[in-house]
Amino acid sequence: MSGDAGGNAPRWVGLALLPAVNVTLAFLVAGAIVAFIGEDPVEALRILTWGALGSAEAIGYTLYYATSLIFTGLAVAIAFHAGLFNIGGEGQAYIGGLGVGVVVLSLDQALPGWVLIPLAALGGAAMGALWGFVPGYLQARRGSHIVITTIMFNFIASALMVYMMVNVLIMPGQMTPHSREFEAAAWLPFMHDMLGAVGFEVESSPLNGAFFLALICCVGMWLLMWRTRLGYAIRVVGHNQRAALYAGIDPARVIMLAMAISGALAGLVAVNTALGVTHRLLLDFTEGFGFTGIAVALMGRNHPVGIVLAALLFGVLYQGGAELAFDMPKITRDMIVVIIGLVILFSGALDRMLQPTLERLFTRRAPVASEDAG
Amino acid sequence: MNTTAKPPAIRLAGISKRFGQVQANQDISLDVEAGAIHGIVGENGAGKSTLMSILYGFYQADAGYIEVDGERVRIRNSQEAIACGIGMVHQHFMLVDTFTVLENVVLGAEGSALLGPGLRAARSALSALAEEYGLEVDPDALVADLTVGAQQRVEILKALYRGAEILVLDEPTGVLTPQEADQLFRVLRSLADQGVTVLLITHKLREILAITSAVSVMRQGQMVATLATAETSREELAELMVGRKVLLRVEKGTADAGDTVLDVQDLQIAGLGARDGVNGVSFSVRAGEIVGVAGVAGNGQSELLEALSGIRPIVGGTIQIKGRAVTPSAPSDPHEMRAKSVAHVPEDRLRVGLVAPFAAAESSILGYQDSPEFGDHVLLAYRRIEAFCDDCMETFDVRPHDAALRTAGFSGGNQQKLLLAREFSRAPELLLVGQPTRGVDIGAIELIHKRLVAMRDAGVAVLLVSVELDEIMSLADRILVMFEGRIVGEMQAADADERTLGLMMANAHGTGEAAA
Repeated sequence: MSGDAGGNAPRWVGLALLPAVNVTLAFLVAGAIVAFIGEDPVEALRILTWGALGSAEAIGYTLYYATSLIFTGLAVAIAFHAGLFNIGGEGQAYIGGLGVGVVVLSLDQALPGWVLIPLAALGGAAMGALWGFVPGYLQARRGSHIVITTIMFNFIASALMVYMMVNVLIMPGQMTPHSREFEAAAWLPFMHDMLGAVGFEVESSPLNGAFFLALICCVGMWLLMWRTRLGYAIRVVGHNQRAALYAGIDPARVIMLAMAISGALAGLVAVNTALGVTHRLLLDFTEGFGFTGIAVALMGRNHPVGIVLAALLFGVLYQGGAELAFDMPKITRDMIVVIIGLVILFSGALDRMLQPTLERLFTRRAPVASEDAG
Repeated sequence: MNTTAKPPAIRLAGISKRFGQVQANQDISLDVEAGAIHGIVGENGAGKSTLMSILYGFYQADAGYIEVDGERVRIRNSQEAIACGIGMVHQHFMLVDTFTVLENVVLGAEGSALLGPGLRAARSALSALAEEYGLEVDPDALVADLTVGAQQRVEILKALYRGAEILVLDEPTGVLTPQEADQLFRVLRSLADQGVTVLLITHKLREILAITSAVSVMRQGQMVATLATAETSREELAELMVGRKVLLRVEKGTADAGDTVLDVQDLQIAGLGARDGVNGVSFSVRAGEIVGVAGVAGNGQSELLEALSGIRPIVGGTIQIKGRAVTPSAPSDPHEMRAKSVAHVPEDRLRVGLVAPFAAAESSILGYQDSPEFGDHVLLAYRRIEAFCDDCMETFDVRPHDAALRTAGFSGGNQQKLLLAREFSRAPELLLVGQPTRGVDIGAIELIHKRLVAMRDAGVAVLLVSVELDEIMSLADRILVMFEGRIVGEMQAADADERTLGLMMANAHGTGEAAA
């Protein structure tokens, strides 16, 4: 027997209803703040949704942001399944950009796109994996806490990238620290170009081929976690290290592997941004995607389907928020950060606040049958 | 018992409590006479702990009421329970290890912001209590330095210091040697003589018969009977608990021991945490016999099992299994041991032997997750895993028969059956078993014991670690007793009796025979 009243509530309560209620609460509080500073919250919501979903261009932007968030969300989720809180998605994505950039800048004059782009993606994944592996190693073999080391690795990544951009990769003869433009062979096709090629004319947006890579990664992550021996080992370690030891699974090895895979996924962000849109390596191109990925994974319940949905929501907030800041003068960029912060607060930090109440509500309504319990 | 007009110390009337779909308590009524020792028995999950939690204010009853000394009371938290004179001694002690006995006793009842006056008052109160009830504990000793039995006395003192006139003890003897248990019972009797009412929750029928004056039996959330202890028997109580006749004795023939399968020489293992591990034990286990390791929990048995199964590295000595000599310089691992047909049923099934949130099917391959029958190099073959789990559930009658159900959703007995089915399925030659029936209901115990004997009869060497002396004595062919990491006694099961084993477990058997 247990005092856990929630054990019998239908699964969808925890999986769907709870996140929905959390997001609604976040929007209600955000609406109150918008009203407080003297803007109409209903109008703000309209601008936000319209700005994110109102046109093909808007949707393109939303999906573009979502693509990066899927990569970082998956990264955080895989580490979660191994029982690790990977705060380092930002740094791993950033260093992944270095991998992409170095491969492209050194080979883009020699190789055709169909070789170069996969190589560049591999370079990004490899560098991201390295940046995840090192904290994983420190955790597994030296006992340094992964949260602390990944945070520190974000700073190291940032400093290293500044050095690389300013001193090594900078385009000669200019002041702003960005690399030269990649040769066209390294450019991922835009979605509007691909659709145009098959006869659908849509407005141009930054959405590009990396979106498909993100979806493939989602399927891959599901297969890895729930269909492979490695995924099984990762989940055993994540749930219970003593059971792992009993089963002959080496938790240290699994932790290092999981962190490397996690970092590799985060390292693919640059495929979306650098190969897809900017076509050059920029300073701070990660724009906080690594951190938001934590919220995406939390909200998406560490499952690829949930992660796609949560990434879409945050994509809407990024894109719609930008429009909102543009259209409503009293709502600044900082206000958008507040709104996104509220969503993270309610769906991440206060995630379990309403769970007992909701589950009790639905358990009471459920028919009472079992007599042989216990 | 004299029938006076005095109201019962506790009256529970029509108590019901539901958790989700589980009716933990259903219309329970119970009168406990003042100054009596009243036992409550029932299998795990029968609702004993829920009932006591309601009495102590952890949970609120959905229906029904509580009377203390004839007055209706509302108990919403432990403070209110204490105010009603109810004290609770939990199964797992609620003590601060780094505090002295005195500090623990005043904890939460300091009386003022300054500790001095409270401590002085407690000191004199403690010596009075100690004299009155024979509860001697050094008030200035650190709790961490006390034996388990003494820690339990501190818990009782805590309750009495807070003015408890009704003392509830939840499975108090689980961690005690038989001698310590006897000492506890003497204390409880003297408490009862002084008018304290004792409610004793246990699943050990022998204790009920030894000490209580009345006993109530719970089954599936209901109170099925309240009897005068003098007028009942073990068999009757067991039948009431389970709802059908049960075989309390294990039926087994004599062992037909064959070749030595496991030979351990001068084994040394580092301990868990601050505890001592194993300091030089030697023994062997032959095919077709059950060797029981008795001892109070925490005397090296856990480390021994973990080392034999390859989980824990050894510091000295050798383990010889099927021609392989495991030494500190040639360590083993769980993979190798499984490949050598060593099966391991760990002591803590839900934290070690299974993964609580996994589906039963996933838990049913833990330890064999790399076996070729469950997939190729990379992928797991879930259909085959589910079929395997089905087989396991079939052969051990695991209920509900649902491979997709979360492991934690099964009762303790059914989790254990699933785990045993997995470990038995590999035709082991050496079976390491830790606490096979801890927290398992009587019906499942019967089945598990039968299967263990069947394994023995099929020629498997079985090493059984248990803190339940009854279990060791009824299953084992040979008994080893561990104390502080050493084997302090060995005897044939036929010659064993509880008293001798109990003395060995406390190492009070005389050092002369300890080397045997």
